[in-house]
Amino acid sequence: MQSSKIINYDYSVAKLFAIATIVFGIVGMVVGVWIAFQMAYPELNNLANEYGTFGRLRPLHTNIAIFGFILSGVWATWYYIGQRVLKVSMIESPFLMILGKIHFWLYLVGVVGVVVSLFMGITSSKEYAEFEWPIDIAIVVVWVIWGIGIFGLIGIRREKILYISVWYYIATFLGVAMLYLFNNMAVPTYFVTGFGDWWHSVSMYAGTNDAMVQWWYGHNAVAFIFTVPIIAMIYYFLPKESGQPIFSYKLSILSFWGLMFVYLWAGGHHLLYSTVPDWVQTMGSIFSIVLILPSWGSAINMLLTMKGEWQQLKDNPLIKFMVLASTFYMFSTIEGPIQAIKSVNALAHFTDWIPGHVHDGTLGWVGFMIIASLLHMAPRMFKREIYSKKLLESQFWIQTTGIVLYFSSMWIAGLTQGMMWRATDQYGNLAYSFIDTVNVLHPYYTIRGVGGLLYLIGFCMFAYNFYKTMTVGKEIEEEPHSTSPMAA
Amino acid sequence: MEMETIRELQAYGYAFASVFFAGIFYAYVYYLYTSKKSGRKDYEKYANMALNDNLNDTPVEKIEPLQEEKQKRSNK
Repeated sequence: MQSSKIINYDYSVAKLFAIATIVFGIVGMVVGVWIAFQMAYPELNNLANEYGTFGRLRPLHTNIAIFGFILSGVWATWYYIGQRVLKVSMIESPFLMILGKIHFWLYLVGVVGVVVSLFMGITSSKEYAEFEWPIDIAIVVVWVIWGIGIFGLIGIRREKILYISVWYYIATFLGVAMLYLFNNMAVPTYFVTGFGDWWHSVSMYAGTNDAMVQWWYGHNAVAFIFTVPIIAMIYYFLPKESGQPIFSYKLSILSFWGLMFVYLWAGGHHLLYSTVPDWVQTMGSIFSIVLILPSWGSAINMLLTMKGEWQQLKDNPLIKFMVLASTFYMFSTIEGPIQAIKSVNALAHFTDWIPGHVHDGTLGWVGFMIIASLLHMAPRMFKREIYSKKLLESQFWIQTTGIVLYFSSMWIAGLTQGMMWRATDQYGNLAYSFIDTVNVLHPYYTIRGVGGLLYLIGFCMFAYNFYKTMTVGKEIEEEPHSTSPMAA
Repeated sequence: MEMETIRELQAYGYAFASVFFAGIFYAYVYYLYTSKKSGRKDYEKYANMALNDNLNDTPVEKIEPLQEEKQKRSNK
């Protein structure tokens, strides 16, 4: 459409979320590294009374990392990609601009509520759904605002067809909305019975049903926060940064529907050998295996996008981050299904192999993709070159080493634990007591802490690089079409 | 209902669902991969939406806004 004024994309909301991503990333990872060392050196639990214990800090780590760092990254990229692939600027709609800003500030209020309440030990005790009902309601409001923003922008678009990334963002919105609402259904005890604090509640489901809903939610939180929006990012940023169109757009659509259909049934694998019906366990296990297909469909599609352009891997550190992210995605999505096989799960369940698996996904796939995405956006948002390529290269190797130390130590620790727990002597008595495993695992817990620390150091280098890009990076005249400019 | 009957129904349901969903999946693959040849749609061109994403780039497929909206925007 024609306009008398020159309109540009407006990145003010994307910038706010980008900065929030970095701040929450650092906080979430500092707490993560701290509790990793607490596992190796338990006396570190005693430094700040109840507020410094593992039990108090662990939910802070998971929630700040997932709902602070990752979600802010998802939103920073949405407010960037959304405009570009729909070819419409937020500045064209004052309503959407205001809504975007309300989205950010209200979200910050929610984060403060989360941090304060979890520090105080106020929790609903459901993993990854610890927030009590008043915060849940605030989150629903934030989520609805984002939804209005998504569909509002789609409503005023110039591009008729929605690019594949937009489909993934929509799926994130709808998926999390459904999961969050159902899993957080709760009865506020004070208002119903007159007992307890006003913020306290109990789940609306009981016993096994509660477990099933919880892990339907828990596993799909992985799907719709760790996977779906991150695929949205890679389907935009890898082609854009490399200047190569997606290898097969058809495969991207096929993988999308495959992922949507299969993921929602796989949560039962968290409850193998528990009291849930046997068919739910078998279904969870089988669907987890089938999940390899759509996951690898996307990952291979990404790697093949680089076909004939592999020299970029050497020249451009952002491509390096994204290709390794895609590789970690493949790695993670083969490891998960293996762990979901019943016989493997009998060994792996409750061991350190599980956090090992989670972290090669979150650090390698999610973290690397968010870092690469924000650095791709930086020269376009601030009209400046990336401050230092050398720093970025060093960051890449430090963080990669950190991830390898993390997951390899957890593999060994997990398998050792699993084997020791099930070992029996010739009379069928357990061969080891719990403390035997704790003693054996100490070196691996230390290695895990060091791995996490290396990743954190790399992340601080990224934060510094981003800050310098924002403030003193060399100004650029024109927006780069593909490869992001960076100073040596 | 007898447990045995429930098990039998489950087995039939399972067999039907497997064949049915596999059928839908392959039909969709066939539909996607024959779309260009049959002149329905060239899906691959949509990949350009990420590459040519400046505001002044020509959309891959343009959406025509409503007349009054168009007027309003050009008056800005």
